[in-house]
Amino acid sequence: MGYLPQLMYGALITLGVALSAVLFGAAFGLLGAMAKLSASRPLRAVAEAYTIVVRGTPDLIIILIVFFGGTIALTRLFGRTVEVSEFGAGVASLAFVFGAYATEIFRGAIRAVPVGQIEAARALSLPAPILFLRIVLPQAWRVALPAFGNQSIILLKQTSLISVVGLEELMRSASMAAGATREPFKWYLAAACLYLVMTGLSTILLRLAERRANLGYERR
Amino acid sequence: MLDFSLMLEVLPKLWQGVGMTGRLSLLILLLAFVIAVPLAFARNARAPLLNVPAQAYILFFRGTPALIQVFLVYYGAGQFVWVRTSFAWAVLRDPFWCLIIALGLNGAAYSGELFAGAMRNVPAGLVEAARALGLSWYSTMRTVVLPLAIRSALPAYSNEIVLTIKATSLASTITILDLTGMARLEVARTYAPYEVFLAAGLIYLAIILVLTRGLRVLERRWTVTR
Repeated sequence: MGYLPQLMYGALITLGVALSAVLFGAAFGLLGAMAKLSASRPLRAVAEAYTIVVRGTPDLIIILIVFFGGTIALTRLFGRTVEVSEFGAGVASLAFVFGAYATEIFRGAIRAVPVGQIEAARALSLPAPILFLRIVLPQAWRVALPAFGNQSIILLKQTSLISVVGLEELMRSASMAAGATREPFKWYLAAACLYLVMTGLSTILLRLAERRANLGYERR
Repeated sequence: MLDFSLMLEVLPKLWQGVGMTGRLSLLILLLAFVIAVPLAFARNARAPLLNVPAQAYILFFRGTPALIQVFLVYYGAGQFVWVRTSFAWAVLRDPFWCLIIALGLNGAAYSGELFAGAMRNVPAGLVEAARALGLSWYSTMRTVVLPLAIRSALPAYSNEIVLTIKATSLASTITILDLTGMARLEVARTYAPYEVFLAAGLIYLAIILVLTRGLRVLERRWTVTR
């Protein structure tokens, strides 16, 4: 069991990648949703293209473009060789993918906020940022949470794809343990169990968060 | 910025990979469907002997990454001597069949849960009415539950088809030359990751867009609207 600590460390990296990507991805999603709901036609078109392209392309291709393409782009930009960190490229590509799904989730959730609420806030002459932060977001969040949580769990599993470009997360640690001990089944199964624990705990956390977000809406 | 002539140059090579991606997708969808239907019945069964294993199966395959499932089958199976000496080794040695088995089992879990949900959503009153008219369990399923369940599951199932096609890109991690595998090979030859991966991404996008349009037409035709 000598490789177990390495596997646990890999699991920590996996969690780090997933959390960072969810955070940045949520920001992408929020921007995307605002662009899709905006009055500007070019903004809407850009957001539409973003979601169609990302949802129609395998995540692995996007990871490969960001990782290998990113190195070339940054090298050209700075005029010298720039190594893209695996962690950074991993987070960037997963956040980019996550953002497309989050765009659709947030768009639907924002549209679910009753128009009367927004009209009332306007009538009270709340400034637009306050209107968005205090009126729209808290109500949209409740609607968005289940789908957002599910997508985050999907992202947690997709982090395994980063192992392909060499980041030493859980999947990669399992591959290294498998290669060194010549017991691939055992180590991949151990890693699978760790993933199962992480997705299971995330699901439980999500249910708790959903319950909390619905506190004021419970049916008597 | 982008070298378009290079993109055109690698297109024929990438096209060879498209055939492999298509074959993989079809066989995976077929295997997944064949397992998913009985799995959905087991998942909805009242007997714990059927219901618990089905739920465990779905939990495992939906709770772990597809990539690890692919590696478990492709690298993991070879760890056991009894597998290597059995007749199954002819299949498990081949990355092509390993990917189909791994992603087929994976897809079955997602589709199974989907079908089970669709069958549960058929109004209980319809089933009771069918039983009251003296229809057997088999006839109730064939003439009442399944036609309704299939229609309501269809939009989500088309989504499954798209996800399966995207998932076949994992083939490139176990040496299969599918579209992604061909692209990685061409990147190694041309050192032009942008052009080649973008071209491959556009091919996937085109396939998926055409497919989703087609599936939407089918959905509309099969859904009864007033």
